[in-house]
Amino acid sequence: MTLRLILLCLIGAFAMPSAAQDRLPPAPYAYQQLKDPAQEARAKALMEELRCLVCQGQSIADSDAPLAGDMRHEVRSKIAAGESPAEIKTWLVARYGNWVSYDPPFDGATALLWFGPLLFLALGGWLAFGRFRRGASDDEEEAA
Amino acid sequence: MKNRWVLFVPLAIMGLLFGAFVYRLVTPAETLIQSQWINKPMPLFDLPPATAGVEGLKSNQLADGRPRLVNVFASWCIPCRAEAPQLEALKAAGVPIDGIAIRDRPEDVAMFLREYGNPFDRIGSDMQSSVQIALGSSGVPETFLIDGKGIIREQIQGVILADQVPEIVAKLEAMK
Amino acid sequence: MIAELGLALLWIAAALACLSLVAGTLFLRGGAKDLAALVRPASVAQGVLTAVAFGLLIALFVRSDMSVELVARNSNSLKPMIFKVAGTWGNHEGSMLLWLMILSLSGGLIAIFEKRLREDTLVATLATQAALSLGFFAFLLFSSNPFKRLPVAPPDGQGLNPLLQDIGLAFHPPTLYVGYVGLSVAFSFAVGALITREIGPAFARAMRPWVLGSWIFLTLGITAGSYWAYYELGWGGWWFWDPVENVSLVPWLAGAALLHSVAVTATRNALRAWTVMLAVIGFSMSMVGTFIVRSGLLTSVHSFAVDPERGTFLLALMAIYIGGALTLFALRAGSVAEGKKFALLSREGSLVINNLLLTTILALVLLGTLYPIVAEAMGEKISVGPPYYNKVAGPLALILCLVMVAGPLLSWRKDDGKRLWSRLPLAIFAGAVVLFGLVLFGGKVGILPLLGMTVAGVVAVASLAPLWGRNLRRTPLPTWGMVVAHFGVAVCLAGMGAESAFIKERLVAAAPGEVIKIGDFAVKFDGVRPVAGPNYTAIEGTLVATTSSGSSFTMRPEARTFPGLMGAAPVETNEAALLTRPGGQLYAVLGQPVANDDGSSGRYQIRLWWKPLVWWIWLGGALIAIGAALSLLGRAQLLNVWRARRARKSGERFAP
Repeated sequence: MTLRLILLCLIGAFAMPSAAQDRLPPAPYAYQQLKDPAQEARAKALMEELRCLVCQGQSIADSDAPLAGDMRHEVRSKIAAGESPAEIKTWLVARYGNWVSYDPPFDGATALLWFGPLLFLALGGWLAFGRFRRGASDDEEEAA
Repeated sequence: MKNRWVLFVPLAIMGLLFGAFVYRLVTPAETLIQSQWINKPMPLFDLPPATAGVEGLKSNQLADGRPRLVNVFASWCIPCRAEAPQLEALKAAGVPIDGIAIRDRPEDVAMFLREYGNPFDRIGSDMQSSVQIALGSSGVPETFLIDGKGIIREQIQGVILADQVPEIVAKLEAMK
Repeated sequence: MIAELGLALLWIAAALACLSLVAGTLFLRGGAKDLAALVRPASVAQGVLTAVAFGLLIALFVRSDMSVELVARNSNSLKPMIFKVAGTWGNHEGSMLLWLMILSLSGGLIAIFEKRLREDTLVATLATQAALSLGFFAFLLFSSNPFKRLPVAPPDGQGLNPLLQDIGLAFHPPTLYVGYVGLSVAFSFAVGALITREIGPAFARAMRPWVLGSWIFLTLGITAGSYWAYYELGWGGWWFWDPVENVSLVPWLAGAALLHSVAVTATRNALRAWTVMLAVIGFSMSMVGTFIVRSGLLTSVHSFAVDPERGTFLLALMAIYIGGALTLFALRAGSVAEGKKFALLSREGSLVINNLLLTTILALVLLGTLYPIVAEAMGEKISVGPPYYNKVAGPLALILCLVMVAGPLLSWRKDDGKRLWSRLPLAIFAGAVVLFGLVLFGGKVGILPLLGMTVAGVVAVASLAPLWGRNLRRTPLPTWGMVVAHFGVAVCLAGMGAESAFIKERLVAAAPGEVIKIGDFAVKFDGVRPVAGPNYTAIEGTLVATTSSGSSFTMRPEARTFPGLMGAAPVETNEAALLTRPGGQLYAVLGQPVANDDGSSGRYQIRLWWKPLVWWIWLGGALIAIGAALSLLGRAQLLNVWRARRARKSGERFAP
């Protein structure tokens, strides 16, 4: 068990971009924009939403890691081939799970995430201002 | 004052926050990103040979009725070297193993095979990680257990350890 | 010798904190007056000793004393002197000592300068501050000792991360820490007031300068940090909603709400429970932030080294402090006597809405940052990033800005809609002009940047409205402060919107002599040459950018390589070249060499961005800080005394 942990740590360490690097040049579309500005804009918007798999919290648009470059190549190639950003995102999420998208999904597990702030605001508003409707006799100090 | 219970709301929220902290301290985060492309068919691909003297790898070659392993590796991946004896042991146990070399030059693959042995039947060259991405793999080394019909059944991330070899052989037997 | 002295001073300071706490507690429970007299000097002494200890740590780094473990792990004799000094706080233990120093010095300064507050409230405040210090002293002394010696001193140190060898970044932590830890004073005043049940204008007046002061530093620290990330990380982003960024923003949001709320409590004796709660929340969020960053809870490019054991210690401390303070709040805030009532449409009403919105945004930033943990407990692995925050925090922030438009124009206690409406036409007109301009001429603009720039236009004009029709020379400084700060928000918002909407990007594998067109510029790549720095080698590219009007500018981006120290791998970084123009910034990065199809080399990956009005973001941040500083100055006792003296003198000689 310990040995596995050590090896996993080693792997983790060596997966870092600054260490054991491959010697190949980046994929063609890693650092090259698509010719059509509208396609490039769609690709760029999608790349900024996709998470780099081997980085410490960066999108693939912001990373120099080779795998991030390869993913940019995939995204741009697919956009150039006519796929929509939604299709590409679905394709990637099918392979890596929702973790790879910085836009959290809308499902049971994330209901609290999406509705929480609104509920918080509504509850706070009701508590803070309920007394305005009730009128004179209430204490004006009402915390959220 | 009416609604004094309201004043306990901040404390209650703090309690929830601390719950999350305690949870995370007790069960540390899993840092590896696991593939979600499990129990799904192998993606279609046709990879050229990774180096002279080996065959390239086509996806339709992986559905010939024999459960097999696909090992994603690279010559520049230092932990991959630690895996070589285990792969040899698996080959000796009769497990078919195919390799996919990620972002690797032919001469580097050749040197790797010379130094650490070649347990692979075929080795495909994936220069732009496209098959790696299609598999949901996020690093090297990783090994995929494929059943006879070409369906991916399991992903092992990291180096295969000696005590895992019998387990893997057994799992592949069960898939027959 | 120095290290041992430093450690000894810390132990003595911790003992003094203990003394303050015990003496204060005994006094408050009906003890003798002499006990109270102990607390002030003890707080001052604690502050001084901790400061001296920190100075000694700096001395160890300056001398590159490798027998001290911290220096050996984080410094190197080859580092430039200023980064040796900055290395003192560029690590967990050193920054924790910095935290403690500010905590202790703040207690000492309260003891010296606070003279108007009722004695028992002051003692309770100082005792609370001492209690906070004691916990962090324990943390430092028992699990994060900065003065620990190594049995055998290595020949040289392991050096600082080259990414951190930067002036801006060197001074970003102390600035932020003064902000975070300065909020502890607000926390202590609030708890002190709760303990002695003196929750009124007096404690708010005592607390106000501290809130403003620490918030100014937080604003400057976050602004500087954003600018640093922008030019250092090489992709031109200025905010990533990274967990560590988020935990720095949360106390800032609490502080922003608090500084408005405390002003109302100080002058109008209203919003008292809000003020107390926000004061407690502010420092609580500072502590939560430091916990998240140091415990390895979340991955981030910013994180310190991971240590769950330290995390547990901090969690226990926080449970005591935050749990204690919030329980006290729940039990005592309700017993405050009724204050004066006010209508919804009034200055107080708008400030309640302001508090509510800021608190909601604070809650959602925290929720988004921690939600991956919650989701994992439910079995799902997710990531929460800019798309979430843009969709949820964005609209709320815009609504808040609109409240900011109306608020300063409303009367206290009660106002009516028609009067408010009559003061707004110019601001609304400005917003309409921006909106129609963008829709007609802006091309494809996203909805959030579009609304952002429109609201910025409204806010810019409305923020100047309080000055309308006044004698500007006699307008009090706090009013100027409000105007400048709110105007700064508009500037910042406009910069964010313009950059998001109109940014242009070019990625080119350029050969020397090639010209790249971007925005109004023709950028000629003139090739590369090798250069050497104090502890790195680099490839420097030369780019000549020419505008359509003929002006020419040279930009020199670099790709640097820092050799790995003591066997570590070399680290490569990018130094972007920035060209600041009135309309925005041109941002250039030199990438890797690119081989041609025929195998020959000579081409280089060049990344260029034209970012319209991007520097308005940090100008806005600076203006916000300046506005808050003006407000602070406007209330400084010393300044008022000086002004009164000046007025008397000139009154004798001239008729004003």
